[in-house]
Amino acid sequence: MSVRTSAGSGLNNRRSTVNRLSAENVTLAYDQRVIAEQLSVEIPDNSFTVIVGPNACGKSTLLRALSRMLKPSQGRVLLDGQVIQSMPAKKVARTLGLLPQSSIAPDGITVADLVGRGRYPHQGILRQWSTEDERVVQESMRQTGVAELAERYVDELSGGQRQRVWIAMALAQQTPLLLLDEPTTYLDIQHQIDVLDLCAELHEEQGRTLVAVLHDLNHAARYATHLIALRGGEVIAQGAPNDIVTAELVQDVFGLRCQVIDDPETGTPLIVPAARKARTTAAVPAGAGKAAATKAS
Amino acid sequence: MKTNRAVRTPGGLSLRLDLRAVTVVVLLLVAALAASVVLIGTGDFPIPASEVLKTLLGQGNPGQEFIVNELRLPRVLVGLLVGASLGLGGALFQAISRNPLGSPDVLGLGQGATAGALTVIVLLSGSAAQVTAGALVGGLVTGFAIYVLAWKRGVHGYRLVLVGIGVNAIVTAINGYLLTKADIVDAARAVVWMTGSLNGRGWDQVWPLLALCAVLVPLVLLNARGLRMMEMGDDISYALGVRVERVRMLLLVAAVLLTASATAAAGPVSFVALTAPQLARRLTRSPGPNLLPSVCMGAALLVTADWASQRAFGADQLPVGVVTGVLGGAYLLWLLVTERKKGRI
Repeated sequence: MSVRTSAGSGLNNRRSTVNRLSAENVTLAYDQRVIAEQLSVEIPDNSFTVIVGPNACGKSTLLRALSRMLKPSQGRVLLDGQVIQSMPAKKVARTLGLLPQSSIAPDGITVADLVGRGRYPHQGILRQWSTEDERVVQESMRQTGVAELAERYVDELSGGQRQRVWIAMALAQQTPLLLLDEPTTYLDIQHQIDVLDLCAELHEEQGRTLVAVLHDLNHAARYATHLIALRGGEVIAQGAPNDIVTAELVQDVFGLRCQVIDDPETGTPLIVPAARKARTTAAVPAGAGKAAATKAS
Repeated sequence: MKTNRAVRTPGGLSLRLDLRAVTVVVLLLVAALAASVVLIGTGDFPIPASEVLKTLLGQGNPGQEFIVNELRLPRVLVGLLVGASLGLGGALFQAISRNPLGSPDVLGLGQGATAGALTVIVLLSGSAAQVTAGALVGGLVTGFAIYVLAWKRGVHGYRLVLVGIGVNAIVTAINGYLLTKADIVDAARAVVWMTGSLNGRGWDQVWPLLALCAVLVPLVLLNARGLRMMEMGDDISYALGVRVERVRMLLLVAAVLLTASATAAAGPVSFVALTAPQLARRLTRSPGPNLLPSVCMGAALLVTADWASQRAFGADQLPVGVVTGVLGGAYLLWLLVTERKKGRI
């Protein structure tokens, strides 16, 4: 894929061919600890992009940078051609939503009230609760299947229901771009699939651009339209799961020997780790994969 | 159960009102004002409530006018303002630290103000006005120290509370040392100041407090919506477009100013800042920082406590800080026990 690096002035790259959200040569660090250097990533418009990689590879850090939680120490994150940090906070919040890994549901808050808080960037001191706010909250609760829970307290709900409520809150923000940081963590398998189905629905039916960090590679391969594989703060491969997920890539990124077969349900790649004996007897040297060839091509 | 109502105008303006919270605010205001009228009538020279009202409206006799307007009204106003400031300061601290224990009493702001006052009393033998200034400076310096020590890419709840407890311990030790250095007259004066009292408070204390509240209360309420979002965590507040660090800094400064000046005016009246927001929250049953209900609750609590202490022990016998201390201490224990049951502490 051709990554457009804005050779000219930064003001002039507001063209429709440029994706709405991208990171350009960013260096990401917490205090002195550098997580990634010179990292460039484009989020294709209208994609369901999933970022995968081993623990501590910088996936959540990248997501934090894309959602302006973390200011890159070098490079820049662009949203609609503008440096995201320089944009008004509420304006960004009307374009790009984020569901963080952990949030606190205030004591004694009802589902409807929590979802209603997603309307904050659309409100002001004199415009606290418009009919539009009311409509969007109802709509968001309906889409996520929590409408019948509207008057229940959030602390009474199960983990799966609660995650749906938080997603409803992010939806109520009505952003064309939605970033989700490990939305399936702590959920059982049924609720994991449930949340991913919901994401796929939001992507397909409403044309929202979704970016999610996922731990489960098989979930990523099944649901993503665009996959970004990170290792040690570097993009090792990116593209459609069918094009890039190979045994070599998994070996290269995760250091795991496996077979990649077709998912009998969807035809997407399915990773089957090699048996323990096979892995211990014939270790493949790390970094031997061909996947590196797809990097920055 | 659902008490939120939206009020909308054709021009696109809309307000969201929590009917229960509005009712609580109105009732607390009525209670605070009623207690004030009764308190003005209480003392060595009792005046019936109807006479108090008449005098306040400018239709009393000269004797009553002197007692009401010059002696008792300013004292009651200081009580209302100190209670309101402590209630708001406490609500802000608790909301920012996301912890009911993150209130100025626990964080050492009261002790910090005391250290300032004691320094003036013991080392400088200063006047009453200088003691007030010393307390204000002590409170502000302590607040600043806590902020600097707790700051690490944003102040977070538990760190703020733990740092505050540490600061509290150090300042308490300094206060103990200062008291041992004092001669008997200064020590007696210091102890009275340290209990928190409204005795002898006059118009000189009213005006600065009133001015401060007139500026800070609206400023804080304008930022209340951001603070409400921050209850859910910093990340999600950023995501919703709240400038978290700015709002937090502004509100912390406001909370320190409110607490320090209230303490400077009346001494460290204990536990109002801790209890008022918690009581208000239980009355409104609404999530969020409950700022306005806390303001009204603080004012009502302090005036009622002052009345109770005068009623039970005679005028000017028992400083109001003792009553709020006993009530607040009991409440704190109850809070700790119930929170423990819920598995939070």
